Amino acid sequence: MTTRMPGVDVVLVGFGWTASILAQELTDSGLQVLALERGKFRDTVPDFATTHIQDELRYAVRKDLFEEPARETLTFRNSVDQTALPMRHLGSFLPAAGVGGAGVHWNGQHWRFLPTDFKIRSHTEARYGKKFIPEDMTIQDWAVAYEDLEPHYDKFEYLCGISGQAGNINGAIQTGGNPFEGPRSRGYPLPPLQRSYATTLFDKAVQEVGFHSFPCAAANTSQPYKNPLGVQMGECTYCGFCEWFACGNYSKSSPQTTILPVLLKKGNFSYRTLCDVTRVNLDASGKRATGVTYIDAQGRSFEQPAQIVILCAFAQHNVHLLLLSGIGKPYNPTTGEGVTGKNYAYQMTSSVDVFLDKTLNPFMGAGALGQAFDDFNGDNFDHGPEGFLGGGYVALWTTGGRPILQHQLPEGTPTWGAGWKKAMAENYLKSASIATHGSVMSYRQSYLDLDPTYRDVYGNPLLRLTFDFHENEHKMSRFVTNKAAMVAKAMNARSIRVKQRDGHYSIVPYQTTHNTGGAIMGDDPSTSVVNRYLQSWDVPNVFVMGSSVFPQNPGYNPTGTVGALTFWAAHAIKTLYLKNPGPLVQT
Amino acid sequence: MSKISRRQLLRQTALTGSAALVSWIHPQASMAATSESTRNAHASEDFVYFTQPESAFVDAAVARLIPTDELGPGAREAHVTLFIDHQLAGPYGRAERWYMLGPWATGTKEQGYQLKFTPAQLYRAAIVEIDNYCRQTLSKRIFAELDSTTQDKTLHDLENGKIALSGAPPKDFFAMLLQNTIEGFLSDPMYGGNRNFVGWKLVGFPGPRYNYIDEIRHFGAPYSQPTVGLMGRDGSIMMRKG
Amino acid sequence: MRVRKFVTFLGVGLGLALSFAPRAWSQGTTYSLIAAGRYLVDAGDCASCHTDTAGKPFAGGRAIQTPFGVIYSSNITPDSETGIGKWSEKDFYDAMHHGMSRTGKYLYPAFPYPWFTKVSADDVRAIKAYLDTIPPVRQRNRRSKLPWPLSVRSVMAGWNALYFQEGVFQPDANKSVAWNRGAYLVQGLGHCGACHTATNAVGAPKKHQRLMGGDFGKHWYAPNLTRDLGDGLGNWSVEEIVEYLKTGSNGKDAAGGPMAEVVENSTQYLSDSDLDAMATYLKDIPAHENSSSAPAVAVADRTDLTRGQALYDDNCTGCHMVNGAGLAQVFPSLKESSAVQAKVPDTLIHFILAGARKAVTPGKPTGLSMPAFSGKLDDGELADLVNYIRNAWGNHAPLTDASAVSKVRKEIERSGELNARQPPVQAGGSS
Repeated sequence: MTTRMPGVDVVLVGFGWTASILAQELTDSGLQVLALERGKFRDTVPDFATTHIQDELRYAVRKDLFEEPARETLTFRNSVDQTALPMRHLGSFLPAAGVGGAGVHWNGQHWRFLPTDFKIRSHTEARYGKKFIPEDMTIQDWAVAYEDLEPHYDKFEYLCGISGQAGNINGAIQTGGNPFEGPRSRGYPLPPLQRSYATTLFDKAVQEVGFHSFPCAAANTSQPYKNPLGVQMGECTYCGFCEWFACGNYSKSSPQTTILPVLLKKGNFSYRTLCDVTRVNLDASGKRATGVTYIDAQGRSFEQPAQIVILCAFAQHNVHLLLLSGIGKPYNPTTGEGVTGKNYAYQMTSSVDVFLDKTLNPFMGAGALGQAFDDFNGDNFDHGPEGFLGGGYVALWTTGGRPILQHQLPEGTPTWGAGWKKAMAENYLKSASIATHGSVMSYRQSYLDLDPTYRDVYGNPLLRLTFDFHENEHKMSRFVTNKAAMVAKAMNARSIRVKQRDGHYSIVPYQTTHNTGGAIMGDDPSTSVVNRYLQSWDVPNVFVMGSSVFPQNPGYNPTGTVGALTFWAAHAIKTLYLKNPGPLVQT
Repeated sequence: MSKISRRQLLRQTALTGSAALVSWIHPQASMAATSESTRNAHASEDFVYFTQPESAFVDAAVARLIPTDELGPGAREAHVTLFIDHQLAGPYGRAERWYMLGPWATGTKEQGYQLKFTPAQLYRAAIVEIDNYCRQTLSKRIFAELDSTTQDKTLHDLENGKIALSGAPPKDFFAMLLQNTIEGFLSDPMYGGNRNFVGWKLVGFPGPRYNYIDEIRHFGAPYSQPTVGLMGRDGSIMMRKG
Repeated sequence: MRVRKFVTFLGVGLGLALSFAPRAWSQGTTYSLIAAGRYLVDAGDCASCHTDTAGKPFAGGRAIQTPFGVIYSSNITPDSETGIGKWSEKDFYDAMHHGMSRTGKYLYPAFPYPWFTKVSADDVRAIKAYLDTIPPVRQRNRRSKLPWPLSVRSVMAGWNALYFQEGVFQPDANKSVAWNRGAYLVQGLGHCGACHTATNAVGAPKKHQRLMGGDFGKHWYAPNLTRDLGDGLGNWSVEEIVEYLKTGSNGKDAAGGPMAEVVENSTQYLSDSDLDAMATYLKDIPAHENSSSAPAVAVADRTDLTRGQALYDDNCTGCHMVNGAGLAQVFPSLKESSAVQAKVPDTLIHFILAGARKAVTPGKPTGLSMPAFSGKLDDGELADLVNYIRNAWGNHAPLTDASAVSKVRKEIERSGELNARQPPVQAGGSS
């Protein structure tokens, strides 16, 4: 028995970053906008209060701010010849639940993709030849260019109050920034964060080795900041509890700290929490969405009619919804046909731990307090002799020193006993970790579909993830890790420990929450789910936000680009779609 | 003079929360106004999940995993056994957040935990089997009664899967026990472990503080403020399920 | 009677819908009169008492706590049965000026007629004209809960005889136009003294301590608005006072308790020139001869401050910073803060126990909040902390103790404020 609700102009599935940005933009155009969030309402006070938020066991170990696999999970296998099994605990990635989404618990590491990232196939073919791309690597150019997104990156950066040092302003390379970045129209709204001891030592070593060192851009405010919406943020105090925790003093950019104070007061915006959207409903033709079906905390079913449906849930959750709703032909890895679920990608990370003889005080940190070099990302170097595509940045981050999970121990340390205890005592204050953050290409065999066996609490099939690292990613990662090790050696450490990520992709250890693909954008409906405006080819009044639309994943954290794409799509909806509802791209 | 002790007010606070009932345990406190001295008394050491043989096993095991030595107190002084006991009695022990629907299959190591055991069940099943193993193969004693060298060997064998148990997989149990021990040694004392901050003091973590704007600039300078927990500078104040 | 307001911490925004009731306008009513009346109703902050939380605008029924019992505000919509629909202009004038209802009942000064008596006849007429346009609401007035003999309204005759000085505001020819306008607003519609002036045992304002600070009730203390340097407005500029009233905060301080509601419902709507006038008047009120600056804490008491300092370092520096200076326009400064150094520490205790949220205005929409520390600090610790804050960084204020904290704690537990900003409790977490 489904209750039909009064219709709205726009229904947003989820209430995190992309929904908050869209809601703010579209309500300004006078639309009635409703957000449906499966988690609960959250705000700085009381939910993230300084009085209790620095609790490593509760938040980092027991994962209090994230989705519960008991409510929502997926099944996983490395390859099609295995049986996918449920991800019973969280590990590799940590999707959020609750208003604000992962914008509440991210580190705030902010990046733009490179101009070449958006044109990876055509650029690679031009520079290295068609044969350079393996046959099963299904990368494709984005349907947007860096130049299209530049003003929207800027908008997101000024919304958030990003603290950073620009590297390239309108083509002029700036001292102290990333010389490889794409040209930007102006600098960041705030100067970079203060440095930690470890990042200054890294900085020195990077320069000695001959790479180009720069402070990382941070969605942690280096100064009090009032954004263009008039919302006031505080100043980061380096409390060291950023990622997986929430900010208690308004200095991490999130929907709560940048948009919601203004959005929640608007008469044409509303939201409902503890509402799980299970279907996008289509009319008889299958080419128009009539709204969504959701289930509330009591298990009652509701139909929410809307003129426009926008999927703003986490990356793979959007894909799950598309599959359950029958939007787009499901991808088949054997035939290579179909689009929904195609080109799932992730991030390839590794680290080099350094053990110094200096007191580093790692517990004084911020989520995006880091120093990096980008010489080996994108196509910033000649791939010809190396035989792989992609790359990554290398950074030393001082995000905190939470003792249970953020400690480094030298090679050969026993896993327990007196030797472990001694190593902990001798190294906790004096070690740091250099991280590599590398790209993952798309492959025929890396995809999402519906599991044949396992179900969620509503009886819907779980999403099934089939994914592994390929030789290309291993090669790339070994190459970039080697560069990190070069810098580590230049830091005059007592010892270093290289932690290469060998073997198969495992869902167990945390890596990143940078899941991409499954609803990729493109110029061709036969190889993409959405067009350049993130509009579904099949159902023009459905749009899909988030990293779901990335055709493959470059070597950078995705949130900056997710934010920019959201502003870009909002602009298209406001200026093109509202005037003339229907497909925005003709084929 | 306190008119209301921290334990009492935290009990009142907890009762207004929406989550599971949390009560502050203090055996000597009454609900009336208390004096300063009761705040410093230790919390109750009663186990709520472990049977006596289980707590004996765990206490002996954790004392080997993080031993007491010249560097200072170890897991035993940190009250790690009590910590684990309370965790197993709570939502973690019951695997409330995990996907615990079947069908059940043994997967690859990349596919992670696929056991039907909740943590509480895994401890219960493994401990009795390990003690049986010890009794049968090692001088007819249970684990807690073995000498430390033999205990260490037993733990290594569990860690490497060299002991065959019929119910509980030894490597999974050991991994969980080790993980929980480290948690108990290094989590906020309000969860029962890291008593008097022994774990944090060993490594040099000062506890949850919210402002290092000035100190972060003083490269290489040791941090000198006293260790603090979420409940304050008294490292013996505990929160547990009633 | 002392004025009491029923405070909620949800910062309820109360919509004031201007619509026209289907009834005849009084002779001479014009649109501009109604608009003027609307402005004056904002200035008088009628909504804060006459609109209940989640109630219909001006329909009354809001419980106003007084030390003598609960008084419920009346329905001032133009409903003819249950509101003031039958009231003539003269009836309304009598209420505002004499504290008398249409039927000759004495009104309790929870309705601040001792201040509204200063309002000019023209302004009263405009207010009535506006009130006549509000949608009528049928809602009977609730009986107040006062003990005998206070429940017998005619006892107010005696109180009025002793303490009530009727009369419209008389400008002071020696002062500027702005000063007089400011005095008119502060002494009249603003009724600031209803909270900011201390009262005697029967709830009458103490004439010689006008605006030097008063007990708002429910353990809120309304601070000194005179020129005192320590706990008054002596260090505030006119611009800072204007900014505070208009937006809820300035570089020094932020309205977080009952004053946040005053800003949200009233002062944010006043014109810049009216706010400027009020500030001009306030800045001219001389400090008391026996100024509020308390003696510095005796050396022998230093141990108390040491405990408080440790608590401050452990709990407060994430926002209020290590030197108490806060972050301008973000977190209020505690150092050299007049509010922190108020004679009575109840407001400070209140904020620490129950948390606070800054007033929300269009220019400052964020509503930055402070969490509740009631679960973290016991009464003795909180007293130590308050004593430290009030005597550190050059601050000076009288000491408090755990029993004072206990009283505030009981009040906020009773009123339900405590749950608004408590963190969610989790027993040991789960994975």
